[in-house]
Order: sequence, then C-alpha cells, then structure tokens
Amino acid sequence: MSLLEIKDLKLDFGRGAEAARAVDGVSLTIEAGETVCLVGESGCGKSVTAQSIARLVPVPPANYVGGEIWLNGRDVLKMPVGELREIRGGVVSYIFQEPGAALNPVFRVGNQIKESLKLHKPEKANNAEVIRLLKLVGIPAPESRIRNYPFEMSGGMQQRVMIAMALASEPKLLVADEPTTALDVTIQAQILDLLRDLKNRLGMAILLITHNLGIVGDMADRVAVMYAGQIVELAAAGELLRRPLHPYTKALMNSVPKLSGNMDRLVTIPGNVPRIGNFPPGCRFAPRCPVARPDCSAAVPALVEVEPQRWVRCPYWNDAIK
Amino acid sequence: MQSNNVSLLEVKNLKVHFPVKTGMFSRVHETVKAVDDVSFSIAPGETLGLVGESGCGKTTLGRAIMRLVEPTAGSVFLDGEDITGMKGATLRVRRRKFQMIFQDPYGSLNPRMTVEQIVGEALDIHKLVDSSSARKKRIEELLQAVGLDALYAQRYPHEFSGGQRQRIGIARALAVEPKLIICDEPVSALDVSVQAQIINLLSDLQQQRGIAYLFIAHDLAVVEHISSRVMVMYLGKIVEAAEAEKMIREPLHPYTQALISAVPEVNPETKRQRVVLPGDVPSPIHPPEGCPFHPRCPIALEGKCSQEVPPLVEKAPGHFAACHFAGKKIAG
Amino acid sequence: MSATVTIESIESPESLPQWRLFWQRLKRRRIAMAGGVVLVILYAGALLAGFIAPYHFDRVDNQNFFHPPVWPHFSGLRLVVTRYESMPGSFVYQAVPNDTAPVHWFVRGDKYDLFCLIPTTIHLFGAADDNHPIYLMGTDQFGRDVFSRLLYGSQVSLSIGLAGIIISFALGLLIGGISGYFGGWTDTLLMRWCELIMSIPTLYLIIALRSVFRPNISSVQIYGMIIIIYSFIRWAGTARIIRGMTLSLRERQYVLAAKSLGQSNLKIILRHILPGTFSYVIIAATLSVPYYILGEVTISYLGVGIQEPSASWGLMLSAAQNTEYMHSFPWLLAPGAAIFITVLAFNFLGDGLRDAADTKS
Repeated sequence: MSLLEIKDLKLDFGRGAEAARAVDGVSLTIEAGETVCLVGESGCGKSVTAQSIARLVPVPPANYVGGEIWLNGRDVLKMPVGELREIRGGVVSYIFQEPGAALNPVFRVGNQIKESLKLHKPEKANNAEVIRLLKLVGIPAPESRIRNYPFEMSGGMQQRVMIAMALASEPKLLVADEPTTALDVTIQAQILDLLRDLKNRLGMAILLITHNLGIVGDMADRVAVMYAGQIVELAAAGELLRRPLHPYTKALMNSVPKLSGNMDRLVTIPGNVPRIGNFPPGCRFAPRCPVARPDCSAAVPALVEVEPQRWVRCPYWNDAIK
Repeated sequence: MQSNNVSLLEVKNLKVHFPVKTGMFSRVHETVKAVDDVSFSIAPGETLGLVGESGCGKTTLGRAIMRLVEPTAGSVFLDGEDITGMKGATLRVRRRKFQMIFQDPYGSLNPRMTVEQIVGEALDIHKLVDSSSARKKRIEELLQAVGLDALYAQRYPHEFSGGQRQRIGIARALAVEPKLIICDEPVSALDVSVQAQIINLLSDLQQQRGIAYLFIAHDLAVVEHISSRVMVMYLGKIVEAAEAEKMIREPLHPYTQALISAVPEVNPETKRQRVVLPGDVPSPIHPPEGCPFHPRCPIALEGKCSQEVPPLVEKAPGHFAACHFAGKKIAG
Repeated sequence: MSATVTIESIESPESLPQWRLFWQRLKRRRIAMAGGVVLVILYAGALLAGFIAPYHFDRVDNQNFFHPPVWPHFSGLRLVVTRYESMPGSFVYQAVPNDTAPVHWFVRGDKYDLFCLIPTTIHLFGAADDNHPIYLMGTDQFGRDVFSRLLYGSQVSLSIGLAGIIISFALGLLIGGISGYFGGWTDTLLMRWCELIMSIPTLYLIIALRSVFRPNISSVQIYGMIIIIYSFIRWAGTARIIRGMTLSLRERQYVLAAKSLGQSNLKIILRHILPGTFSYVIIAATLSVPYYILGEVTISYLGVGIQEPSASWGLMLSAAQNTEYMHSFPWLLAPGAAIFITVLAFNFLGDGLRDAADTKS
C-alpha cells in the first residue's frame, strides 16, 4: 500500500455560479521513502493540492467536490478533526517558501521547536531533543541557537529551523512547498543537500513543489507536471528531463536559459498562464501549444500511460517539436 | 577594468556607504559598505551582466548610478560627462539618457494611474510631444513596441498579469529614448514561461534601438544568456569580470566557481560536481578582514587571504579576478 | 523576428477604476448606506433650514414659554393643530379640545435669507394664526420654537464639521507629506512641532486660543474662529499619520521610477504619494467630523462659542443644563438627540468606508 494516494482530487473555490475549479482530477501516489516533485507555474494548483494532503485548505472558500486522499491507509478528506490533528505533524509535515514568515517573530526558536514536540512527542519535549534536531539539520553551535529569535537568523538558518520543526514529530512524508525559492542560490544548494541527506537517513518521503526544473533533476525520483489544475505529465525524473513528452513540458524546458547553453533567442510560450475560473475549453494548453489541432479544444484529453510508467495528457505527444 | 574611449557609462571607484545610527543621540557607530570601490564601464549597445546574491550590493549599485541613492565617493560618467554631482534641472535633462526597470511588477506601476498616464508621464516631464494627438500616437507606438495592444492604454495596472506589467514598465523607460537601461532583476518575480518572453523582448529592443543594458540578477543562467560581459559581485566588491561564456567555462574566482556549481542543472547528462559553500551569505555591516570571501572559501590560505585584500586585476585578456589564487579549482 | 506579437487579452471587458470598485463594495453595506442617507437628509435640512423651519430662530412668543411639542393630526383630510392653554403662572399646558386650525403650506411668515443670500418669506409650512402655533418640538424659556432653532443650529454645527476636516486634513496632508518625503531636519522640526501641539491639553488650548480673539466679536467671526481653533488642534495628529504613510510609500518602486524619469519632488508628492493615502484620509475624515461637532458643543457649552440669540446645538444644550428643566421640559434636549443621530450616522458611514476599502488590492 502506498504511503500517499491522491485519487481524482477535485477542489473548487467559491460556490454555485462563482465556483472556480482549482484542482481538477489530480491523481498521484507517493511510496514510502521516495521523492516526488510537483512542478508548475503560479496558479496551476500545485500548492493547493499539496495542502489538501493534511486538509489545510480553509473550507470555505474552498470546496472539495470529489476524490479521495489516502494517507497511511486513511482518507484525509473524511477524517474527523481529532484524527486530522494527529496526522498533521505525526504523519505529514510541511515546510513553506518564506521561512521568515512561517516562524513566529516573538518566540524564541527553541520554544517553537518544543511546541511542535509537545504536540506529538511530549515525552521528548526538552532542550536536549531540540539540540539534537538542530544538529540534525546542520545548524552550528545549536546550544546557543535555541535562545535566538528568528530575526537573529539568516534565511538559510530559518529554513533549517523550519525543517527541524517539521522533523520533530518524525513524519513519514515531508511536503516542501518551494522551500528554496526565496533563498540565495548557494544557500539553496545547502538546503537541497540537507533534504537529500535527511531523506536518506530517516527514510522519509518528500513531496517537493517547485517551478525550477533544475531542482527536479537534483532531487526527484519521480516528477508530475501540473498545468491549470491538472497533471499533464508524470514520469521518472531522469526520463522526463531527458525526453519530455508533453508539449508544455518541452516548451517549459526550452524556455529556461541554461548555463553554457544555446545563446540564441529563447523559445517562448506565447500568452499567459490561464487563471482559475478562466480555463479554456478542452485541452487547457491548446491556445498556447505549438502543435495544437482544432480538435484539441473540443474535449479535455485524458492522462494516458503511453509508455511504461510514463503518463501524458496529450494525444499528439508524438508530434515532433522544432 | 579597462574602458575604451567610447564608453557610454563609466563608473570609477564608486562607494556607497550607509551610516548605521544607533544610540540615544543617533551617533554613527558603523557603516554598511554596500558598494565598496567598484569600477567598470559599458560600451554603447552592449549588455553588462551583474550577478550576486542578496546583500552583495548589486541593487544599491544600480540605484547609485541612477542617482536614486547618493554615492558616498567615486564618480559616474555618462557619455563622457561627469554626472556624479549633478542635481536639479541639469540632472533632469541628462536623465533622458539612462533609465531603469524594476523588479516588482506589482509595485513598479502606480495603481491609481492608467497605462496611458504612466507612460505619458515620461513624455510630459521632458516635453517630448507637443500636442495631445502626438502624445496619444507616441504612447500607442511604445505599447506596440513592447508587445501590448494599444487598446490597453486606458486600463489600470491591476488588470494585467505580471509579465504584462513588466512590459508597461519597459515602455515607460523607452519613452525618453534612453541609451542605457539598468535592469534591476526584471524577470525574477515572473513565471518561468513569461521570463523568456521578457528576456527576448529586451534582446529585440537592444537590436532595434542599440540600447545598452546593465542587467542585474541573481540567476546566473539568465545573466549569462543575455550579457556579453558579466561581473560577479560579493560584499560590495567586484570579484570577477569577463566575457560571459568565458567566465562560465573557466571561472577564476572560487566564489564564481561555487555559484556555477550551485545552479541546479536541468539536464541530468551535464551534471557538474557540486561544491556547497558552508556558512551564510555575509552581512555587509561586518565584512571580514582581508578578502571578503575568505571565511567561506574552500581554498583560502590563513594569513594571506585573511589579511590582504586581493585587488581586481587582469589575469587573462579581458578576464579580471580578485583572488590571490585565481584560477585554482575548488572542486576536488 | 520582432517582439510585436500582440498578445493575450486581459480579464475584464470593461475597465473599472479603483474608486468605482470601492463604490460598488460600499453600496453593499446597508448600515453604511443608511448612515449616508441620514446624513444627506440632515445636511439638506441644514441647507434649507430657513425654508423648512416655520419660525425664525429669534422669534419670541411671550404667551408660550416652555410650550410642549404640538403635532398636527388629521381631521378629515386636512392637517390641523390644536391650541394649548396654560394655567396662568405655571408652565403646564392643556390641549383645548375642538379648537383647531389648519396647517398651511408654503405660507408667508418670518423673514429669512435662503442660502444666506436670498431674502424671502416663504416657508414650507406654517400656522394659520398666532393662536394656533405649530411647535413641533415645543418652545424654550424664551418662547422660541425648538424645532426651528434646531434647524438653524444644524447649519452651524454640521458645517463646522465639514469646514473643519477640509482645513485640518489639507494641512495634515501637506505637512505630513513634506515631512515624510524629505526626511532629515525638515522631518524632525515639523514632527516636534506637531508633538508640541498635541501635548497641550485640549481644553486649555481651546480657552487659550479663544482668548487670542477679542471678547466681543460677531457671530460670523465666532463661527470662523471655532473652525480655526479646532483645525489647529487636529491637523497635527493627521500630519503624523500621513508622515508615517509617506515614509513607506516613498520607497515604492513606482515612486523610484518617477524619480528616475526626473519628475519634480512636488509632483511626486502630489501625484504618487498622497493619492496612496486617500483610502485612509476618507475614512479618517468621516470619523473625525463628530469631533468637530462635539467640539462646537463643548466650546459653546463653556460659554465662549456661539452666543445668544444665534442658534447652535451646543448653545441650545447649554441652555438646557438645568436639571429641573430636564425633568419638566424634556423636549429641550432635542439637540442632544440630533447630535447623537449625526455622530452615529457618521460612524456608520465611516465604518462602511473602512470595510469597503479593506479588500482593495
């Protein structure tokens, strides 16, 4: 049984006539110990999908209209609140993009970690455990650091503290929502190394959300590409990066400048990412797709396993793109 | 750095220091040396990239050249003229030659003004058009030049996406027909697929109009793509400068090498060996003694590197580095 | 390949400036709109005071001191009023049954100046004769119609609020904007000056400022003086807040862009910075008006504001402070009710404005 299984998740914002579908039939599994990347641009629904795993999305204005989320054998969407509190931290933990915003500025860092411990492992809620956790995430001189306030720490340090808080309860799944986007590139490298190291040591699964395909290459076992609320491609990371199949994935990879890469004009994707509530009919990428055909806008294509362990939501994926 | 005689912009020994006032009577205790003795030049029509991490001073450098922040020392020459001390009307006239585009598409346009008013303000300040029909026409031309439909002139910024807002900002800068545009992280806040559009737009405008760019960014790949030459900045100083391709292929300074190796690589075939720098990006209030990079440097030599500031010198033709051991590889 | 691919459409088919969106949101708040409607009625009443009031504020009725309120009633299809009579020597009135006279509309009555300009004698409604007066809210100790005086008094009390906020906010915006934008010594000096003003206890400041003016000045001059005094007290608080907002607004990138273009400092302040404070200013101004109204009440209560025989709500209240009056002749407190309603209406409107501004992007 997989650790996490999202089945056909559908989520709307707003009700009735104003309902806008943010997540439209997303299915994803994560096995214990593996790293899955969820890639997409702003507004594609990746954050909302990830937050649904612990039912963190506030209902209203959100509205679950379909699907199931099986975490460790229990359906999160139907859990009573008491059970929900147990799995939050106990089974799945989160780290977010802005560590400075996620830490409470008026409490010392040590106390914040202890608070996380008190909720799930109260017998270990002491300074010794906090120091052990800070060492685990690579913070030097942790004994003095536990008395720091968040503003006394740099961005990279704050993110490490966040990771420590997330790990305090020994979760089976760590959801990292753009954890390095707000950090400098050298610090980003440190944090990614840390996550990889922790994964190996603790056997944790990681769901890593990012828009940076390079991070996918570094970190992921498997990767799902999202566009306009749907998964459009799903494959093993190495495979996808070597040979992307969906036109959006290909276009995305071509539009990113690479070091020592081609100095010619970047191949752009014309137009804008469609906003929630304004998705085009049929295939949502069709208006911007270089190989779109008229019938692409007639019906939403299904996510099909076109090769072993490779799913694509596009019937014309085989058409070569220049 | 050598400048040729026809340089458009020449910056000489520029320093921007901010006093840190503490204590009851606001005594000046320390200074933040945001920009510490920087010299370089840009030729007409070329793109000079400036790359560095947060706190290195690149944004302050851009703003000091634009005179949004006053330099503490040093000089800025534009078209051979010393504009460092200029103020008021004399400076205003010169401002037509150099403009800036900003990072935040949501903060760089006044939300209460229409697109037409935003772009038109530039025309009005410098009296570039003499009738309202000429003004309207000019604004339409500018919008079309950046890829926006002229119909959108009556709209308000909140109706546009991030990429479109950046285009409006570019149109505003173009209105005065500048020779130099300082681009302060123009694509960092945009979606990946939109970044490419804006980068291409800037390239095209350069080809069509011969505008020079000082392109400031923290994304090395983007900077390398658009620039002919690149400078790397660390703690207020330039630590390496060279032609873009050359710098990426053969970086001399250990910091540059670390930056390059830290960039996550999309293509799994071309994996570089990762060198991860320890410690944090330093604060410019307490820069280290000697070489500013030495506390994090994998090849620093105690004694030399911790006491002597390495000067920026030409180590190979057109390739400058500030390191006592320039050229030594940091990867094992 | 050029960059002239004109691209995507944008969302809304019609462009709405921000104030339009704001107005739409405001309309949805019923209580705020109710407050607004009440205020419109009150200000319309003040504008047309002379016309609506059946009597002049000065008119004395020697036969009817402390007359209770008289309301017209229907007799058949006509509105009539009953005559009241008092016991000689006392102020207790009894209605005289079957002694009624009709209410006339658009009658000629006491002389007054419409809009303070046009002398006329037409009133909206009036009594048939002096023996059947229409005192909708009774009379005071001089036999003057309270309702009429209330209307004439509203001219003073309500307009002081508007004039006051215009002056004090104009000053506050200017000083605060300059102080925050330029910083340095300008900022320090201006802000210390503001703090000085704010630290003087209000009551003493009022009396001190009052003593600057000569004791015997005309009522128009008194009116102007009250506005000046209160504006002088209140602009400092506004200036400080505007200065704080300016400090953050001047770092916005669109302000930097305007500077890069070479825009002059004055135009930057007026065009880019101060408009960013408008959502605060509208709300703060609306919620400030009650202070001016109550300020006028205070100053007239102390006896150093509007003088007899002019009417103002504060003056009318001070005449009613006798407890015996309050017990026996409660209609004398009508100005208190009027002030209460006005202040409440302004507060509702201000709250609604604040809510409407909150969800602004």
